[in-house]
Amino acid sequence: MLFPSPWRVAQTMGNDFRDGSLLSATAISLRRVLIGYSISLLVGVPLGIVLGRNKVVEETLGSLVSAFQSLPSICWLPLALLWFGLNDRAILFVVVAGSLVSIAIAVQDGVKNLSPTYVKAALTMGTPAWRIYTEVLLPASLPSILTGAKLGWGYAWRALMAGELLFVSLGLGQMLMQGRELADMSQVLAVMVVIMALGLMTDRVIFGSLERHVRRRWGLAQA
Amino acid sequence: MAKLSIRNVEKKFLDQDHRVNALASVSFDVKAGEFLVLVGPSGCGKSTLLNIIAGLEKADAGEVLIDGRLVTKPGPDRALVFQDGALFPWLNVRKNVEFGLRQKGIVGSRASERAHYFLEQVGLSKFAENDLYTLSGGMRQRVAIARVLALEPEVLLMDEPFSALDAITREDLYVEVQHLWQDRGSTIVFVTHNVREAVTLGDRVLLMASDPGRIHSEIPVEILRPRHIDDVDVSRIAQQLSQAMRHGRETYSQEIWSNEQFEKVDLLRGVDSPLGDHS
Repeated sequence: MLFPSPWRVAQTMGNDFRDGSLLSATAISLRRVLIGYSISLLVGVPLGIVLGRNKVVEETLGSLVSAFQSLPSICWLPLALLWFGLNDRAILFVVVAGSLVSIAIAVQDGVKNLSPTYVKAALTMGTPAWRIYTEVLLPASLPSILTGAKLGWGYAWRALMAGELLFVSLGLGQMLMQGRELADMSQVLAVMVVIMALGLMTDRVIFGSLERHVRRRWGLAQA
Repeated sequence: MAKLSIRNVEKKFLDQDHRVNALASVSFDVKAGEFLVLVGPSGCGKSTLLNIIAGLEKADAGEVLIDGRLVTKPGPDRALVFQDGALFPWLNVRKNVEFGLRQKGIVGSRASERAHYFLEQVGLSKFAENDLYTLSGGMRQRVAIARVLALEPEVLLMDEPFSALDAITREDLYVEVQHLWQDRGSTIVFVTHNVREAVTLGDRVLLMASDPGRIHSEIPVEILRPRHIDDVDVSRIAQQLSQAMRHGRETYSQEIWSNEQFEKVDLLRGVDSPLGDHS
């Protein structure tokens, strides 16, 4: 059957929920993506700020970062498998490789587009140069950090799914493959719906509210 | 001793049209408590000069002294009010004022008391907890002024702080700034391209000319304060200054102004000052 009815899909989803397979797969995937994504944020944001502010760092690391950005994250998988073997760390590595650079680049762009008077004002008020990063650049680039975080989340999620699809390792990606192997189209679609729902939820609930908050503070939105 | 001394400052810089321009050996002194205004056409290097005083740009030659101390980098003793305020949108009004205090190590209730005091001085204590976007342009510029006043700088630098405001707001601020300056006894160096503004605010106006950037002439303004921009005396002196400015542009190839022209400009003041710095 090429297209099962929505009713069939809902039914399969219900069954998968009840027997726990969908929940545990979701939990495993979420755990992976959250760990990988957190690492990407913790490294990517500072890296982006330094890239945006420091000419020397930009000229030395900048093109490397751009090159990594052009590499689809799944291309890291063979390397990751050789380094870490068939385990969670390989998957995590792919997730980090897929999202870190996009976060760093978005933040770098944001920092470069900041009005230079912010930094000048802070300097004239006695902020030492090394504290400009935390006192000015980090808070000032909050809107672009948010953009980067959103972008990075998308990339992390995609990298994870690609990784899970390509080798057997539990999680939603594997469940999707399982559906294919059993020629169970309704399961394939059920998992796809779950993946989309998760994406929509994080976008609306988490990023949506953060964005509203930042935009209000910056006076960018009047509603 | 002069509060602020500029000694033979030279600097090549890019003007707004990205042409290379230069400040040619500029020197002047500012007395403690004086309100000095630098006025001149765009490209004369007045903002560059202010940035050098602030320590944001390095002079190619010459030096800047505060109370005889050499100035090399930016610091809160020369706080600067920017044209666009340069307030931080991620902080509310009070925290913006507290920012500089925190850099000095003043935090907690001491900082917030001081912030409130200075916000009161600019008539904004009611808005202390507001986000910036809720404020009008004039109010923001008041916050910017409170922010630098709170640092109690040796010299307060202002770079066309009112040029983005509407006329009525601006006129209110002229009066307010004069009051604040008189009450606090601050030393102010104020840059503008608006001749009337210069005459309204300054104890002394330095008229700058371009190609190369230099001080063309010096005009003391001895009109009673608080002055208004449409006071007759202000208008009269401003008119002379504009004439001089225009004339300066037309005849910039002429190395030095003739005495005759200068007297025409400054007839009423009877100033006997040198004709700027020509080297």
